[in-house]
Amino acid sequence: STKEQEDLRLVECVLLIRDAQDKAAFAEVFRRFAPRVKAYLIKSGSDASMAEECAQDVMATLWHKAHLFDPTRASVSTWVFTIARNRRIDMIRKQRRPEPDELTWGPEPEPNAADVMELQQESNRLVQALSELPDKQRDLIQKAYFGDLTHSEIADETGLPLGTIKSRIRLALEKLRHAMK
Amino acid sequence: MSKIKHHLNDALLMSYAAGSLPEAFGLVVATHISMCDDCRARLGAFEAVGGAMLDDVATSQDVDLKATLALIEKGPKAPIRVDVTKLGLFPSALQDYVGGDLDAVKWRAVGMGVRQAILPTSKDASVRLLHIPAGCAVPDHGHRGTELTLVLQGAFKDEFDRFGPGDLEIATEEDVHTPVAEEGVDCICLAATDAPLKFRGLVQRIAQPFLRI
Ligand SMILES: [Zn+2]
Ligand SMILES: [Zn+2]
Repeated sequence: STKEQEDLRLVECVLLIRDAQDKAAFAEVFRRFAPRVKAYLIKSGSDASMAEECAQDVMATLWHKAHLFDPTRASVSTWVFTIARNRRIDMIRKQRRPEPDELTWGPEPEPNAADVMELQQESNRLVQALSELPDKQRDLIQKAYFGDLTHSEIADETGLPLGTIKSRIRLALEKLRHAMK
Repeated sequence: MSKIKHHLNDALLMSYAAGSLPEAFGLVVATHISMCDDCRARLGAFEAVGGAMLDDVATSQDVDLKATLALIEKGPKAPIRVDVTKLGLFPSALQDYVGGDLDAVKWRAVGMGVRQAILPTSKDASVRLLHIPAGCAVPDHGHRGTELTLVLQGAFKDEFDRFGPGDLEIATEEDVHTPVAEEGVDCICLAATDAPLKFRGLVQRIAQPFLRI
């Protein structure tokens, strides 16, 4: 599908930023995500000028951390989301964010193309499945991700269709472990 | 560590993925994930939901590309660092809060042989390391909010189950329990609460304000 092609192109762009400091590739990723990051920050309680500053910062971080992106474990959207979320905790909530240890010294330099493709496809299926959820449940998930729900307000059984994407990520983790041996 | 039996629940993982968990709980979650690939993969799935939400958000305002490129020219604000596993009992997320591994912990006695060290976090919840000598008990108590207890060394049993290294117990308002460390190795746990515990014994109730439990 075109969405899939778009997603794979975004992966390619991040790898171009990593390998060639490619500004045109950066501009592509920027056009797609910078306005979304800004909107996300505003929805999460930031004012417009702070959201602008943070969004610039998030996109600059993407540039500097391009070598840490692992397309067998996350889509570009997911990766950008985690950078934006961490910036929000830092700037708006003014807290530290304890992060799990990384498994290794970073992603493999040449990720397997089939693995990348499958992870992107699974991410896409998840997007599709989320869009088919009842409005009420969708609203609740949105609220949770924009920081409006506490953990005790989130039900233990979220009812989210996470099965396949979870097993893809699990597989990618196992491969990394294996590569380390 | 493949023997982990007690894991994070969906609510905690989603909250951590969304970035709305109190810092103290975040530390317990990050420490468990450092020890548990299953929860690491589940977190990846919950972060993918965040990615989907970001994809879906309605946009109206542009961001200044030129200013961003100028920002990039200046280089990263802080050195890019990746937390790789340090040698020792504690994962590096926890070592950052302690200022080192087990031998760097500044323990304080809290009575009945139990020692604790409160770690500095934001005030919406608190987190401490607990050292329970083999065979000893933590006084029985109930909970006003949520209590997360992650075993780092040794094991404890309570009315509900046995918890070994990497296992996480999630206790809520309804649960009253008396954790007892197993014989053998002293038990070391990382425990976070978002409300003070309710001790049943009078002595502990009187001591509580001083112990900051
Ligand atoms: Zn787990
Ligand atoms: Zn308890």
